[in-house]
Amino acid sequence: MKVLVAVKRVVDYNVRIRVKSDGSGVDTDNVVMSMNPFDENGLEEALRMKQAGVATEIVAVTVGTEQSQDTLRSALAMGADRAILINAEEAPEPLGIAKLLSKVVEQEQPQVVILGKQAIDDDSNQTGQMLAALLNWPQGTFASKAEFEGDSVNLTRETDAGLETIKINLPAIITTDLRLNEPRLPKLPDIMKAKKKPIDMVEAASFGVDLTPRLEVVSVSAPEARKPGVIVANAAELIDKLKNEAGVL
Amino acid sequence: MSILVIAEHDNSALNANTLNTLNAAAKIGGDITLLVAGSDAQSVVDEAAAIASVSKVLSANDAALADGLAENIAWLVNGIAANYTHVLAPASNFGKNFLPRVAAMQDVMQVSDIVDVVSADTFVRPIYAGNALVTVKSSDSVKLITVRSTAFDAVEATGGSAAVEELAFGEAFEGVSFVSRDVTVSERPDLATAPIVVSGGRGVGSKEDFAIIEKLAEKMNAAVGASRAAVDAGYAPNDFQVGQTGKVVAPDIYFAIGISGAIQHQAGMRESKVIVAINKDEEAPIFQIATYGIVADLFDVVPELTELLS
Repeated sequence: MKVLVAVKRVVDYNVRIRVKSDGSGVDTDNVVMSMNPFDENGLEEALRMKQAGVATEIVAVTVGTEQSQDTLRSALAMGADRAILINAEEAPEPLGIAKLLSKVVEQEQPQVVILGKQAIDDDSNQTGQMLAALLNWPQGTFASKAEFEGDSVNLTRETDAGLETIKINLPAIITTDLRLNEPRLPKLPDIMKAKKKPIDMVEAASFGVDLTPRLEVVSVSAPEARKPGVIVANAAELIDKLKNEAGVL
Repeated sequence: MSILVIAEHDNSALNANTLNTLNAAAKIGGDITLLVAGSDAQSVVDEAAAIASVSKVLSANDAALADGLAENIAWLVNGIAANYTHVLAPASNFGKNFLPRVAAMQDVMQVSDIVDVVSADTFVRPIYAGNALVTVKSSDSVKLITVRSTAFDAVEATGGSAAVEELAFGEAFEGVSFVSRDVTVSERPDLATAPIVVSGGRGVGSKEDFAIIEKLAEKMNAAVGASRAAVDAGYAPNDFQVGQTGKVVAPDIYFAIGISGAIQHQAGMRESKVIVAINKDEEAPIFQIATYGIVADLFDVVPELTELLS
């Protein structure tokens, strides 16, 4: 089966971001960017499906500026067979991205689409569920285990109380949790080979999807800083402070 | 304004986060309808009807709604969403799972995980692991919103007597079925709502040594949490994880023990009233946000602390 894996170029998870002083957004100039960590889990899962003989072709897809080619090259270096870049100047909202992805699904006809459960920049946790709705496919979100059996998949999901297992029929949408797997690091020869793999570039506008934002960003601010704390010497002093200074114990 | 809130429950009791979500609904202002979708969940319906701020309860009773499958709940909510100006659900695993599905069916953009209501169409939500707060104004006709429960106080659970109306469910979504559930059994209070949380990280060193965290928690009747490193290493179950991708907590006291304080962990606990850090590395980032810190070996400090609390 064909597997479509959606990836996103985001500010690297180790970067401590800075809010622009004019409140217009977060400063992303000259900041290290990388593939959204959950999407690496998604790609890794697809690669394991291929190793297990479940998947035959892995197509990585992203929506973003031309710079997102970097992210697709990383996906190809990890082992994706080919990649599609949907070129959009302004980053669309999850709804817009889900609509664009639904068009790609119509063209590519994958049996499974794997997405990260959320992107670590906007923390929305929506795109996979929205795509499932638009396609009227079942969804297996926050997956920590996926076992394929014929035309269905037994999917273990991480919930607030523990784990639950559902069975969903293919075609289906899966969104990944961190526990799904440990993504591989591409080796140098694979990085070289990835440069020869094809990336199709299509303009987002060519899909005829209305990408007008529904949410207007009024302002972006830094959260209130916490008051500087104090170092105490030992457990006794800590208990005293919690009781008498903070009054919480 | 007419607001629909989707209750989270396990068919026998209402989840506390529903009360926090109702508070966010009250801040928007308007008539509040609470939907209880479940299977033989009469006790939940009774609980729902007794909440003072709820003016009407919709009860959908069907076996297909028993396990919170997103496809079925989304179908149900989608059928009535247009009757409301706002549809709210807790930003829990439950709400995150089905509400974006409704949003796409309604062709609207969901506002995820709000921490404040500015007005009926303007909301504040954290982005970048809580390192920035964005205020967004929605232009959609129906506003679909998930609510961060720690950012809103719970409304009174009693004092009301809302009318209950039945809501019929159609056909179950073909192609998805519930198989099994594996719930972590804990004698400790619920992590999301406990006033005190004691969390252990990589510094605890082993699953056996994690007992030191549990002992301290027991002494204070606190919930036990963990960092991703501790969960990945198998010291604690996944649902103990506090952080950007785990649970977000805001207790009165948060003990971070053997936790360095990575950005992703801070995202889940930085709104705690008092943060206590116990770490032998004085350079650990956790000390930058800790109210009180002890720079020492946790295996010296934690047993002493446990002892002194007796």
